[in-house]
Formats: sequence, C-alpha cells, structure tokens
Amino acid sequence: MRVERDLRRVIGDGESLPDGEVEGLDDADLLELYRQLVLLRTYDERSLVYHRQGRIGTYAIFWNHEAMQVGAVYALSDDDWIFPSYRESAIGLLRGMPAATVLSWWRGHPAGWWNPADYNVASICVPIGTHVPHAAGLAWGKKLRGESACAVAFFGDGATSEGSFHEGANFAGVLKAPLVLFCNNNQWAISTPLELQTAAETLADKAVGYGIPAARVDGADVLAVYEATREAVARARAGEGPTFIEAVTYRAAPHATADDPSVYIDPARVEEERRRECVGRFEGYLRRRGLLPDELREQVTGEAAQLMREAIAAAEAEPDPDPELVFAHAYAAPPASFDHDLAELRRVLADG
Amino acid sequence: MGELTLVEAINDALHHELARDPNVLVMGEDVGLVGGVFRATAGLRETFGEDRCIDTPLAEAGILGTAVGLCMAGWRPVCEMQYDAFSYPCLDQLINHVGRYRWRSGGKMEFPITVRMPYGGGVRAPELHDDSPEAYYVHTPGVKVAIPSTPADAKGLLAAAIRDPDPVVIFEPKLHYRTMRGSVPDGEYVVPLGRARVAREGSDVTVVAYGAMVPLAEQAASALAGEASVEVLDLRTLKPLDEDALLASVAKTGRVVVVQEAPRTCGYAAEVAAILAEKAILDLHGPVLRVTGYDVPYPYWKLEDAYMPSVARVADAVRRLLAF
Repeated sequence: MRVERDLRRVIGDGESLPDGEVEGLDDADLLELYRQLVLLRTYDERSLVYHRQGRIGTYAIFWNHEAMQVGAVYALSDDDWIFPSYRESAIGLLRGMPAATVLSWWRGHPAGWWNPADYNVASICVPIGTHVPHAAGLAWGKKLRGESACAVAFFGDGATSEGSFHEGANFAGVLKAPLVLFCNNNQWAISTPLELQTAAETLADKAVGYGIPAARVDGADVLAVYEATREAVARARAGEGPTFIEAVTYRAAPHATADDPSVYIDPARVEEERRRECVGRFEGYLRRRGLLPDELREQVTGEAAQLMREAIAAAEAEPDPDPELVFAHAYAAPPASFDHDLAELRRVLADG
Repeated sequence: MGELTLVEAINDALHHELARDPNVLVMGEDVGLVGGVFRATAGLRETFGEDRCIDTPLAEAGILGTAVGLCMAGWRPVCEMQYDAFSYPCLDQLINHVGRYRWRSGGKMEFPITVRMPYGGGVRAPELHDDSPEAYYVHTPGVKVAIPSTPADAKGLLAAAIRDPDPVVIFEPKLHYRTMRGSVPDGEYVVPLGRARVAREGSDVTVVAYGAMVPLAEQAASALAGEASVEVLDLRTLKPLDEDALLASVAKTGRVVVVQEAPRTCGYAAEVAAILAEKAILDLHGPVLRVTGYDVPYPYWKLEDAYMPSVARVADAVRRLLAF
C-alpha cells in the first residue's frame, strides 16, 4: 500500500521556493479560500478575547490550523459529512452554521446544539478519536444505500494512540468505506510531544496496517491540503475506499485557554512557527499573484470581524435556558420519572 | 403459537424485524457466515443478504461506533456483542456517544441502536463468559435496558427494542438459550418496554427478579409452597422500570426479596431497594433483602454454583424476611 512520505507543498516562500498551482482552482476559488481562512482565523482570535472577557468558557484554540480545515472542506461537496474534533469546533461555519451557534456551544448553552443533518456536520467530538468509527459508519452506511457521499474525520496526532482511531480505520479499510482520515499532526497533545506519542517514523505509516494509502502534506499550505483531500475524495467516490492524510503543522498556540505551554514548549520554536503561519503564507501567495490588494484584505477581515461582533451579540442575547432542558432530548420517549424530577426541581427553585 | 427455545425466539424476532423494515441491519462478530456463535442470527444472511447481516472485524467499540454513524445514514443497526464480558470495550461508545448523541443534537437526530448480548453464568464456561453487567448499562443516561426471561419475551422485547427510537440494550440469558422452550406467538410480536410481568401470584412475599433469575425465583416459590405464598415479579425492563407494578406488588405483600446474579454493590437490586425505601416505606413489613452474586470476580466454574444465587439462598432470604 502506497505511503507518500514527502510533504506535499504548493505555496512557495517568496524566495528560493517557487509557488505552484492547483489545477482547476481559478482566482475566484483562491479568494474564496482566503475568505474562509480569514473567517476561521477571526473566529479563533475573537474567541480568545471573548474567553478573557469571561464571555465564553474554556476554549480550544485552533490558531494555525485553519488551512487544514478550509483546504479539506473545500474539496468536499455539501452532501459529504464532516466529523470534527474540538480542534475543529467552528468548522460548521464553512457550511453556513451561524457563528453564534458555535459560540453558544463554548458558552455551555443549549443554543449550541445543532442537528448534524442540517449541515452534514457531526457534533463536536470531545473525547479523543471516538468519532473516527462514526465517520467510518456514516461513510459505509451511505455506500450501502448507493449514495455517493463520503465523510472526513478530523483528529490530531494524539488520537492515533487511541483504540477508537485504530478500530475506525480498520473498519473503514475492511468495508472500503468512502472516508478521508484527516490527521492534523500539530506535534503536541497538550504537553506530550509526538515522539512520546509514537515510535513510528511518520503517522502516515499507520495507514499501511489497515491497507489504506496515505499522503503527507504541509498543514499550513491550504492549497496542498485541498489538493490532497480532493484526490482522497475522488478515490472514495470511485469505490476505492479510505485515504489517510497526515497534515503536518505545529501548534503555535496553547492547547486551550486553560493551558500554559511556556512550561513545556520552546518559545523560540513557537515564534518561528508563528512567522510561517498558514493565513499569512496564503496572503503572500495571493499577493505574489496580484490577487490581494490591501483594500480587499481589509474588506475581507472587516466582514469577518463584523460577523463575529454580531455572533457574540446573538449568543449573549440567548435567554438563560429553562431547567426543563436538563431533561429534554435525552430520550425520544422520556421515562415518567422525569416529570416528577422536573416538578420537584421547579418547586425547589421557586422556594430558593 | 409455536414452541421455541429462547434463542430460536430471538432468531424469529430478527427475521420478522428485518423483513418489516428495510433499514434494520444486523452486525457483529461471526453473525453472518456462521449465524452467530449461538446461532441467534442464523439464516439472516441467506434471507436478507450480506449487506444486512454483516460480519465485522473483532472490535466491540468499533461495532458500536460504526453503528452510530450508520444511524446518521438512516440505518437501524442491531449490534451483537458476542459475550457479556467482551462487551466492555463498547462502553466507551455507549457512554460517550450512544447515550448522549440524541441529546447533543437537541433531540433532532435519532439513534435507534439495539445492542443485544448473551449474559450470565451457570454455563460452565471459561473466564469472562459469565458476567452480568447490566448495572453498567442501566447507569448510562440515554440508554434503555431490557432482560427477557422467557422465549416469548425474548422475541417481543427484542422487537420492541428494534422499533424503539432510543438506544436499547438487551441482555439475553444464555443459560436458557437452549434449555428453555416455551410458547411464542407467530409473526410479528412486540412486548412493550417498561412493563413488568407477574410471573407467579402470591400474597406473603414478592421476589423481584429478571432474566435467568426469574425461573430460579419461581423454583424457590415452589419450594416454599405450603410455607409461604410467594409472588414473583419479572421486571423485564430495567430502564425504564415499571414502578407501578413494583409498588402494586409490594402494597399487596409488604415483603420484598430482590435477586440478581451480578455482584451486590451498586447492583440493580440496590436501586429496587432504594425505590421501595423512597416510595413504599409504609407498605413494608421488613427490610428489603438482596440475594446476589458476591463482590468478587466471577469464579472459575468449579466454584460458580457457590457464587450464583440458588433456590436455597432465595428460600432462606424469604424465610428470614417472614421471621423478621
């Protein structure tokens, strides 16, 4: 089974490394990719501020992961399903989900619930890697129905140590499920570096054991990610089964707002990675092609900032949830004891 | 109405439910080609094809995890866990996702998964083929749990589980898969979840049981004939529990012995005792007694008869309660 170990790159460095092109992407596509990158970047940076202001709870930062999310999703059709981990919490924005919904999720408010079928975006998976079998099952289930949809599961380097990842990958391989296993290898699982996660030379090598081909891409190169995912999706639609993509990047921000990486990450390395972060690199690519005049950049960033201002206002305008929602939706047909529990809760709350 | 063994009744239910609803599929280890290690799924592949009776890789979390995704694609998976104690890896999916996903979608998406597995001891099997793990499952929010004790209920409760919009776990008493034969209604047959059954009427003591402990309780009642009039209440569904039936029986007898083969601490019998303490204290003439397995690993089979609740232990508890 084929594993490509060399990192695929399309975007050059403006100096010795030349820019490449992705066949089939026109200027409008490139600008749309840029708009989406800025949208996610703005979501992430504003969320950090909102957390510090006490307006959302603990938040998992995805700064410098935007290219992987945007590039991969751009290779999908709307019928295809996305299975995010918490690192991709705002990926629904790329499918038209209101930012207020995601902000509500991070505010611990039931307005953060969504119906996965409305966006073909599964719920945010908090436990590590346990959504990989879900994605395999969805993809397989679509195939059984004769539908052409495929699925993408996003997970990190740490997830490749979890049993769920292996079981999901193995099921997908055996069942030839139309699935893209998308690993964002940011080289850290909170404070645990990649070399303590695995003795494998690359994470892509793990795919071999499941009979799944794999490719490695520069995770900060939105065009390389898009191109690799497009190939994987084409394989899936052709009935050739799953593909593993290892997108290599670096977590140039804390794991989450509750994390202090200064005790375990070399700050000089982080600074170096921040200088080559994914949105800036794509801006350089667009500029070198003459596609990103300053006014357009300001317009795109301004629109994203406005969207976030409106989103946090909408999220904060949600009334406090009724205690009834403690009981709602756990069962289609709730047990009779719930009525009693709710009545007692209301009485005590009223007395309190 | 035919005479079927308990496992034949399960097989009959699966045939009817797969025929009734094209979205129902069966998946698990060895369920297809060989028809299951107990033959519960025999004939399904021949009748419904290999896409609806699927031999999966040997991975219980993978089975239940892919079932979650199958639901998102519109299927109603019936997952077989090959044995009680082999099911524990699937608890990861059950607790983290199966019991939570509907809630997480704001009630918009259904996960009509049925998990069925042979459970329980007394079968002279190697280690970890004997467990009674219902408490782990009952404790999981968002999941319903049923345990049949007769061939007819095995058919009817399984059909109800498959048709239910919520995830349901069915424990099948493997001890009685082939040793118990009984009348089973022909054709489609549903026993609603959440309704207990008075297996035997009595007036002095209620013995509450489920699954393989129901016939044991009935034997104890027979052994006590002339000494005490024993009612046997078969709970059938542990969640949701039929509290009305439980309280009605206790209102009549005032004495309760609860039997389970699982270890004692935090087992289902403790839940029954707590409900009676909360809701029936004035009906009780004595303490609620438990006859259970012990808080030890299920023993090797030369010792299992000493571990398992027996007719003698149930009768002893009834006598102690009457003497209270």
